Amino acid sequence: MTVTRGFKGRPHDARATTDRVPPGQYVTQEFPVLTAGPTQQTALERWSLALQNGGQLLARWNWAEFEALPQTERTFDIHCVTKWSKLDTRWRGVTFDDLLKAAGLTSPPYMYVMAHCDGGYTTNLPVADLMEGKAMVATHFDGQPLPATHGGPARLLVPHLYFWKSAKWVRRLAFMETNAPGFWESLGYHIYGDPWREQRYSGD
Amino acid sequence: MNSPARRDWQVATATVFREETVRVRSITFETPAWAGHRAGQHVDIRLTADDGYQAERSYSIASPAGCAPRVELTVERIRDGEVSPYLTGELRLGDAIELRGPIGGYFAWDPAVSSPLMLIAGGSGVVPLMSMLRTRHQVGSRVRAKLLYSSRSAEDIIYRDELDRLAANRDGFDLIHTLTRGAPAGWKGETRRVDRDMLAQRGFQPGEEPQIFVCGPTSFVETIADQLVGLGHGESTIKTERFGPTGDK
Repeated sequence: MTVTRGFKGRPHDARATTDRVPPGQYVTQEFPVLTAGPTQQTALERWSLALQNGGQLLARWNWAEFEALPQTERTFDIHCVTKWSKLDTRWRGVTFDDLLKAAGLTSPPYMYVMAHCDGGYTTNLPVADLMEGKAMVATHFDGQPLPATHGGPARLLVPHLYFWKSAKWVRRLAFMETNAPGFWESLGYHIYGDPWREQRYSGD
Repeated sequence: MNSPARRDWQVATATVFREETVRVRSITFETPAWAGHRAGQHVDIRLTADDGYQAERSYSIASPAGCAPRVELTVERIRDGEVSPYLTGELRLGDAIELRGPIGGYFAWDPAVSSPLMLIAGGSGVVPLMSMLRTRHQVGSRVRAKLLYSSRSAEDIIYRDELDRLAANRDGFDLIHTLTRGAPAGWKGETRRVDRDMLAQRGFQPGEEPQIFVCGPTSFVETIADQLVGLGHGESTIKTERFGPTGDK
C-alpha cells in the first residue's frame, strides 16, 4: 500500500463506512448517466422483449403482455464500474424467473445469456446470476416509468454485478451454450464483473 | 477479446503542473511501467490516506498517445469533491499517487481512420478530445478535424493557447469556441449553447461521414447526441462520454 502524502479523504463520518459499499466505490445520491452513444428512444407500441435459445425464438412479449406478467418490486444497491454506488434504489419489473415460467421453461436450456439492446449494445451473463430473484427486466424506477436516459422503457437489472451488466434498452435475452463477451467485455472490461471482488477489467 | 494481463496499480510521480484555469490543473505523472494509451482512453487513480482509507476515481488522459512513460491528466476541482480538491490543491511536485490503465477502448480515436473527426466538448469534457488533437498533431495527420468547444466564459477555456496554436497550423483543424455566459469585448466565437443550427452550420455534414466524439456533462451530451441523430448522423458514428455533477468524473 502506497500512502499518498497529504491525502486525508472525507471525514470519517462522511466515508462509505457501511459494509454495503464494495472496494473502490463511493456513494452518490445522484443517478449518473453513462452510455457509449446516443440515448435510445423506443416507443412502447414498437417495443417487445424476446427470449431466445440461440437464434430460436422461445417467447416474445409486447408491452401490454409484459405489463401483464407478475410484477415484482425490489430495493437494491447498485454499483457502477466508474466508481459510484447508489444505495436503496427501488425498482419494479419482471424477474427472470417469472420470464422463464411465462415462456413455459422449467429450466434454462444453456448456462449463459447474451442480452441484446436497442442501439446494438450487448452484455453477457451466466444464467445462474439471473435466477432465484437475482435479476429482473425493470420498467419502473422509484415508482415512475424508467426514463430513456436510464434505459427505459425496460432495462435488465442485475444489481449484484457492476451496472454495465444491467443493460439499458434490453430487447432480447438469448441463451448461449458457451460464454462469449458482450460490448464492454470485448473492450477490456471483466467478463463477469463482481464489484465485491473489484472485477472491473479483464485480468482483475 | 479480453487480454488476460491484469492492469496493475503503478506508482506515478507528479512532475509538472500547469494551471489551466482557476479550477483546472493539468498534472504530468511519470509512470515508469506505463505502456502507452490510445487517444480518448482514461486511467483509474487511487489515493491512500495514512489510516489506510482509499479513494478511487477515473480521469481522462490529456496527453497524446505514444508519450509513455508520461501521462498527463487534467483535473477540474469539484466543490465537495474528495479527490479533485486534493489533485488540484494539496498535491505537490514529487508526490506519488497510484494509477492503472489505460481503460476504455470505445471512446478512442485511431489516427489510421481517415474519416473527418468531429469533436464536441462541454467544459472539462475537452480533456479526452485534447488527447485526440494532440495525437493528430504529433503523428502529422491531415485528417480534417473540428473542435466545437462550449465553455461558460473565456476564463473557463481549458488549453486556450495551445488550441489556438493548433488551429494556427492550418493543417485541416478548425477550432470553434462558444461561450454560454457572456463573452468579452471583441470575442469572435459563438455566444450561445450548442444547438442544432450550430451543429448543422459549423459541424461536418452527415454526408461527410465524420466520426463524432461528444464529451461533457450529462445534459450537454444528451442534448447534442439527440440533435446529431436528428440531423442525420448515424448513431454508430456518435461516441459519447457523460459525467455527472456528483462524480469527480
